[in-house]
Amino acid sequence: MSAVNSKVREFIKDNFMYRDDRADLADTESLLDAGLVDSTGILELVAFIETEFSIQMADTDIVPDNLDSVDTIVRYVEGKIGATA
Amino acid sequence: MSIIRIEDYLAANARTRGDKIALVAGARRLSFSELDQLSDRVAAGLRKGGVQRGDRVLVFMDNCWEAVVAIFAVLKAGAVFSPINPSTKADKLAFVAGNCRAAAILTQAKLLTIVNDVLPSCPPLALTMVATGGKGEVPEGCVSFDAACATPCEALPREGINLDLAMLIYTSGSTGFPKGVMMTHQNIDAAATSITTYLENTSNDVIMAVLPISFDYGLYQVLMAVKLGATLVLEKSFAFPQAILNRIREERVTGFPLVPTMAALLLQMRDLQPGQFPTLRYITNTAAALPPAHIARLQELFPTTTLFSMYGLTECKRCTYLPPAQLKARPGSVGIAIPGTEAYVVDDQGQKLPFGSTGELVIRGPHVMKGYWENPKATQQALRAGPLPQEMVLHTGDLFRTDEQGFLYFVGRKDDIIKTRGEKVSPKEVENALYALAGVQEAAVVGVPDPVLGFAIKAVVALDGGVALTAADVIRHCARNLEDFMVPKIVEFRDRLPKSENGKIARRQVEAESLEAVQ
Repeated sequence: MSAVNSKVREFIKDNFMYRDDRADLADTESLLDAGLVDSTGILELVAFIETEFSIQMADTDIVPDNLDSVDTIVRYVEGKIGATA
Repeated sequence: MSIIRIEDYLAANARTRGDKIALVAGARRLSFSELDQLSDRVAAGLRKGGVQRGDRVLVFMDNCWEAVVAIFAVLKAGAVFSPINPSTKADKLAFVAGNCRAAAILTQAKLLTIVNDVLPSCPPLALTMVATGGKGEVPEGCVSFDAACATPCEALPREGINLDLAMLIYTSGSTGFPKGVMMTHQNIDAAATSITTYLENTSNDVIMAVLPISFDYGLYQVLMAVKLGATLVLEKSFAFPQAILNRIREERVTGFPLVPTMAALLLQMRDLQPGQFPTLRYITNTAAALPPAHIARLQELFPTTTLFSMYGLTECKRCTYLPPAQLKARPGSVGIAIPGTEAYVVDDQGQKLPFGSTGELVIRGPHVMKGYWENPKATQQALRAGPLPQEMVLHTGDLFRTDEQGFLYFVGRKDDIIKTRGEKVSPKEVENALYALAGVQEAAVVGVPDPVLGFAIKAVVALDGGVALTAADVIRHCARNLEDFMVPKIVEFRDRLPKSENGKIARRQVEAESLEAVQ
């Protein structure tokens, strides 16, 4: 598991998963379909990514293709920081 | 006088514009003919499963094409649909199913765990019809929605008339127990006709529905689009505003209904430029007035779009709208009565007050509900004698003021109901959930102003001695027992809560203290 993956997972676990009785989350599972995040959840996720990884997210980046699962978030973040840790 | 039933909207458009796209939901596009045929088939499946005229049928689904088919199928079976928010938990679903003695439930595979928890306690719930979206088998004891859709049949004979109940929408009550708002076909047709009149809708409209169809504002987008022969673009969530804006552009959407929380989310976007959405003819807002600064910014970003400020409650669907020409002069007003209805304010004795007064908003018209399902006490409070014998008018429990020309301005609620992200939350219902958590001794739930949510739900809790609970524990407990929008965003712990002279927890005082803290 990459460093980005574990940071993203930790954030999701601390901030969204405790709301639900979920032990685990698959890397490919849709956060939206699973009911883990809503509109304010996405705002929190964006704020986390921007602070944690020093990325400025454009509006056009804030779409399901980049943010709807652990996998897509990791791919997006790693693409932006230009390196896999 | 209209003799239309709601399902007639669909049959009429299937005849005159059958090939036109009625519904776009994700990758699925359904024409009016297809929607008509699928709902005929599911209606036949419901009838085969024992559903009779007047039976109540729960539609427990998210914003998917199956939900639209389900609603029309229930009506074609002569039954009454009750849309249930997909984030509803087992206890509440059991309450609703028991309260209306539901004969059937239409749901999705992903919600079956909750339905299964409820089934044993609801004996009249004879039929569970499940949509799997083509994935997986339907469990034993359930009927397949998808199989019903694939089974050719004749349309059921029409039995009902438009005075029959069409739907029950459950709304938060100040007692903590939801109340089923009874709407007839005639009520819905009156509301839909009035609204589409002032919005100047036509069959050329393409309407975006991103609000849950369990919420009447979302639901009416479906009903009105089908009435008009317009196209509905159904989306599940506004979590990704950019994705919705992309859909607006792709589908050439002309009408975009939103609530203040969605407007706040839109206005937080950084790269939105004025004039990017030339097809968008109108934006509507309801649930609460938009802050004037948000109105100004929306007008700047959508210069060719007309903005309608409106107000409503489930009990009559919509009360008022502000004619757009008045927006500049009266940005804080939610306007005047919708066409064909009356809206006025009364004093505590129920006497109509002159313009320039503050009082309770009263609504008169053919859109006013028939009462709360089997709840005469709450019905008596809301529906009171009108000007004609046997006529009932709706006392909304909302305080409004009128200006000298009669335009209405929201002042506040007469009860403690909190409005958060466009939905009504009864503090009592959340407090009941909190008291069910071991270790909670006292609880008060209040709304605190929030730039995005309107009001955020805050729980103020005192614990039993020696108990250690964290805010996360409290929120987790609530999330297991309440719909998403009712779950507190903020939890504050105190040693004890303030009491009134008679020893009851002084929620108003807690609220005032919470407001002071944020200012």
